[in-house]
Amino acid sequence: MRAGPLTILVIDENRLRASVIEAGLREAGHEAVTVIYDVTGIAVRIAELRPDVIVIDLENPNRDMLENMFQLSRAVNRPIAMFVDRADSASIEAAVEAGVSAYVVDGLKKERVKAILDMAIVRFNAFSRMARELEEARTELENRKLVERAKGILMTSRGLSEADAYSLLRKTAMNQNRKISEIAQSLVTAAALLGPGEPS
Amino acid sequence: MTGMSRISAGFLPLLDSAVLVAARECGFAEEEGLELRLVRENSWASIRDRLAVGHFDVAQMLAPMPIACNLGLTPLATETIVPMALGLGGNAVTVSLDLWRSMEDKGAPGDLDPLATGKALAAVVASRRQNGRKDLRFGVVHPHSGHNYELRFWLAACGIDPERDIEIVIVPPSLMADALAAGRIDGYCVGEPWNTAAVAKGAGCIVTVKAAIWKSSPEKVLGVAAAWAEWDPEALIGLLRALYRAAEWCGDASNRDELARLLAGPAYVDCPAEWLAPALSGRIGVAPGHIVPVADFFLPHAKAATFPWKSHALWFYSQMVRWDQVDASIRNEEVARSTYRPDLYRAALRGLGVALPGANAKVEGALTRATPVGSAGASLVLGPDGFFNGEIFDPDKVADYVRAQQDGLRRR
Repeated sequence: MRAGPLTILVIDENRLRASVIEAGLREAGHEAVTVIYDVTGIAVRIAELRPDVIVIDLENPNRDMLENMFQLSRAVNRPIAMFVDRADSASIEAAVEAGVSAYVVDGLKKERVKAILDMAIVRFNAFSRMARELEEARTELENRKLVERAKGILMTSRGLSEADAYSLLRKTAMNQNRKISEIAQSLVTAAALLGPGEPS
Repeated sequence: MTGMSRISAGFLPLLDSAVLVAARECGFAEEEGLELRLVRENSWASIRDRLAVGHFDVAQMLAPMPIACNLGLTPLATETIVPMALGLGGNAVTVSLDLWRSMEDKGAPGDLDPLATGKALAAVVASRRQNGRKDLRFGVVHPHSGHNYELRFWLAACGIDPERDIEIVIVPPSLMADALAAGRIDGYCVGEPWNTAAVAKGAGCIVTVKAAIWKSSPEKVLGVAAAWAEWDPEALIGLLRALYRAAEWCGDASNRDELARLLAGPAYVDCPAEWLAPALSGRIGVAPGHIVPVADFFLPHAKAATFPWKSHALWFYSQMVRWDQVDASIRNEEVARSTYRPDLYRAALRGLGVALPGANAKVEGALTRATPVGSAGASLVLGPDGFFNGEIFDPDKVADYVRAQQDGLRRR
């Protein structure tokens, strides 16, 4: 049974997420961490690095190639198994849910790898949450810009004050049971279609 | 809508996701009271994982994959059954322009004929070896795939030992054309539209097709988590009926343009619609300006294309044994045989009044022409289903078949 420090390889095309995982591994005291973004020529890298644990995102289209390589183990010179095979079903589901998986060499203690996988799951989930929030913030900003433009259109075409233009948008949204940004979007689209009504 | 059963299905961006896509988009699933949710994945490994943890109830799968799962050849193997196939044919072999020029020099005819083309490739392999050049490298999508087995079958029958004379590597379908253009591989076997993609990008040309290597041969299937099938048998019956109707629709030539447009969409194959036209029309653009018509290139419906023949399962098993992926044993053979479930197919479709094969297995390669066969319900035409080298596969004699194949390669 191996007891020394673990050599860990992280394969992730998403560089930002890879660095989040790498930082997590280093915080947990793992020093021998390598990150690969592009799998071209990976067989050679794996043969050189001889990783004990390989952490990979499930979205990676090259997983079939990697699994085949691990199974043949001719390329990597030692058997590598998918970790989830030895994990409890709750861990498996948590890993797949989070979008991450781990492959480990034979003979590694289950607990040592589980700590790594658990950390990866937590960080993958945090990363997804962050990406989602960023996306929401972006949408929010775009919606606000849309409402500004819609207000402008109403102020010009109907001579309303800014406050009245906004309250007209809000009332229409409430009456139609739609979001104010959706009403703004329709108005901006219609104005664009109808011609030079909108001040640029 | 309330009262609808929800079914989650995984698929990969490939032409033969057609039946699943049509079942959802053309309302066949809804007619059966099903909300069919389709989720696109990037790898077969992810399809397998998500079926295993229950994110998917069913999935488009490589026809040998559920057998490999049940034989314990893959990680996270969950018991998977095959109550329906998702079509016949649809694959081709593409090579780089460089390799094609060498093959032409050795007499490759450019008409997709597997034997003449394979002989030319064998001559190229031999001359490269003589000149000390490195072995050719071919890509397939998965070790347990029709692509892997038909490529190996073709090569071996033409005198090329796929284990010793060339290298076979795994590449995802949508990355094949780029890997070819970059010179990382010299050729590949993949489903459409990823052969046409290489021709369109000027990276390669198509040299032979699955429909010529083994006529009417199986490709993708509906893999169903056995636990789900047991838990909601009614939903499974509804799904099989919806998929059957969808397959009929896909097989109707008048729907071709709409099907190409549907599949080309960003949620599905996400490619130019004209990349899907050759496979659907059977007019294969093998090189720029050079079209070769191929009978039965891709069959989503005709010739019992959705019937899960046990002889197909057993042929895949025979090739797993042939290429040392699994040991030959009575038990393993039975696992392969019982993975495919024609009984569920018949039980679900009986009420539709459609043609259903009466047998569970057939001797593959026995039909040299389209032949009306005994069936329940309306009349049914099968075949031709021959291998290009005239080989016959009798599903009752798997061991003899594998032995003959292995001897054949050794004797050359």
